[in-house]
Amino acid sequence: MPLVKTGAPAADLFVAVADGEPLPDGPVIVSAARLLADGPAVIARNGEIGVAWPNDKDVAELQPFLSRLSLISLAFPKFRDGRAYSQARLLRERYGYKGELRAVGNVLRDQVLMMVRAGFDAFALEKAADVEAFGKAVATYSVFYQPTGDQRPTVRDARTASAATGG
Amino acid sequence: MYVYDEFDRTFLEERVAEFRDQVARRLSGELNEEEFKPLRLMNGVYLQLHAYMLRVCIPYGTLSSQQLRALGAVARKYDRGYGHFTTRQNIQFNWIKLNELPDAMADLAKVGIHGLQTSGNCIRNTTTDPWAGAAADEVEDPRLYAEVIRQWSTLHPEFTYLPRKFKIAITAARHDRAAIRVHDIGLRLHKRDGETGFEVMVGGGLGRSPFIGKTIKDFLPKEHLLSYLEAVLRTYNLGGRRDNIYKARIKIQVHEMGAEAFAQKVEAEWAEIRDGALKLDEAALDAIRDRFQIPDLETLDDQPAELARALATDAAFARWHANSVAPHKTKGHAIVTLSLKPVGAPPGDATADQMDAIADLADRYAYGEIRVAHEQNLTFPYVRQKDLPALWAKLKEIGVATPNVGLITDIISCPGLDYCALANTRSIPIAQKLTERFADEARIADIGRLHVNISGCINACGHHHVGHIGILGVEKKDEEFFQITLGGKGNSKARIGELIGPAVAESEIVDVVESLVDTYLNLRTSPAETFVAAVERLGIEPFKERAYAPR
Repeated sequence: MPLVKTGAPAADLFVAVADGEPLPDGPVIVSAARLLADGPAVIARNGEIGVAWPNDKDVAELQPFLSRLSLISLAFPKFRDGRAYSQARLLRERYGYKGELRAVGNVLRDQVLMMVRAGFDAFALEKAADVEAFGKAVATYSVFYQPTGDQRPTVRDARTASAATGG
Repeated sequence: MYVYDEFDRTFLEERVAEFRDQVARRLSGELNEEEFKPLRLMNGVYLQLHAYMLRVCIPYGTLSSQQLRALGAVARKYDRGYGHFTTRQNIQFNWIKLNELPDAMADLAKVGIHGLQTSGNCIRNTTTDPWAGAAADEVEDPRLYAEVIRQWSTLHPEFTYLPRKFKIAITAARHDRAAIRVHDIGLRLHKRDGETGFEVMVGGGLGRSPFIGKTIKDFLPKEHLLSYLEAVLRTYNLGGRRDNIYKARIKIQVHEMGAEAFAQKVEAEWAEIRDGALKLDEAALDAIRDRFQIPDLETLDDQPAELARALATDAAFARWHANSVAPHKTKGHAIVTLSLKPVGAPPGDATADQMDAIADLADRYAYGEIRVAHEQNLTFPYVRQKDLPALWAKLKEIGVATPNVGLITDIISCPGLDYCALANTRSIPIAQKLTERFADEARIADIGRLHVNISGCINACGHHHVGHIGILGVEKKDEEFFQITLGGKGNSKARIGELIGPAVAESEIVDVVESLVDTYLNLRTSPAETFVAAVERLGIEPFKERAYAPR
């Protein structure tokens, strides 16, 4: 699955490790269950840690680990299953998570702008063609109505600015 | 009405360009139908029995004459010369070709309308009182808040892939003309100690599990409207069921959790975001309020000579006036309903020629503004009383002055099996036969207020649960049968109708409805007791007895 990170194709340096397997050196992704059950041991290792978080689990449970995590991957089992959009916003806007937030699963170009707005910065795209189309896809809109954590100016901001300059 | 500014227009142009690209990818095979489906749905494009159907959003049911003409032009150019107004204040075109869709949408975008979010599991068109801004019984114009919600919900990045569709309705009047208690969220604008706020109801809805919405907040100050909505939607997006499409609406979540527990969860979420970026200060409201063009109505005399004369001399005009004209908040003015329920025709349809003519009449007599009511009629919210006789004559010429508003032939009906891929039975022909049986204007006026709602399947698009007489099509051994419920109401005292007994055959349904009406006429205490009041007083038994008696 091709990976796009902060807008450009990128190599995936993280290795997903099955529960019960020993953790190798280098960046790893563990399951939510392993992180929650075995948190201190996982965190104690020397190396970047990521977690694959399911979309039916409250992200508030991640709070104790956030400063130590380099990657959280959130799941889109189906295009139309949008729970991870809420999870992403909570992680970014409420819990202040700063590391990589990766969308995995049924991730297509038509959703990536929404994902960016919700706080995702990495995308495991399902189709190779969508890697090329990524730049265009995130530029589909220049106008946004909702304030989200991505800091893009909203229509309300633009209106206020335009009123201030008499425009 | 609200007039788009440069930001709204830019957004819409970008939307049209995006959809054009998506259609091109579908036509080239780059997208398969399964992948294309959620994309087209989000633009209001359904695949029906015979063709693609385009549902165009009419934000809170408000249209300018220019927009209505554009809808007429789309009907003529891309469809078969007519459109169908829906119970959610939108319009549908039933015969659109996929390759022409982007052009139709571009034509509509030129006048600021589109199909965005009229389908799919997102926040749909926010609906409101068709008399908003004109009604004598409203606290404040609810359209300002409907527009605030429209902007907030437009391509909301968090709430575009909800468990299921999500419908919000708002009213500000004493009489609920927006059926807010059967919406996912119902908002009732009211005042407390001089401050404007909302009663918030959640979890209403019809479909196969009908529920009346439950109040989870009595008074939400207006500045918190969006943060509270965001809290409700987030609670639903994260916790609503996704395992079963029939249990995915918020009403099921509210029902399974209990309204109180649901309210607590929302309250906790809201506490985190209530003072954030969504807070609506007066400047934010003013920026939107300023974009509303409100006609400057001159104060005129009530009951001017032209009107008094026509009322005294023309019985047909007087009948229409008594039925289709409502009091206005400005002296010397009136609200006029245009019936789209002529005898023998599909409820809610209008031809391209009618749309053009109505647009012209709106320019001449109604400050160029038209509303769509959830009962599938049109409304002129600003008419001078002295113009009523002249306007009536013109409306009659184009067939939209049937004096049946709120009466037995003002039937709400879904498209049914004539168009819809989900339907079990037809519903339009039943409506047509009923209007023919009850064609006598004096008779239906005597019967009085009576809402008949017809749905061709359990999805209840015709809102049969809240019809005074509800008719639901069911299929038995390849034949069309109809279940009948009595006593439903969609207003502020909303309740679900009660099933009177076994379904009746298609050949019987009109006779059965007539026997229900005759029973009422025999048993009512006086003509002042409406059909639904009589059902409430007597219960369904006497009606049931007559309905199933041998004829």
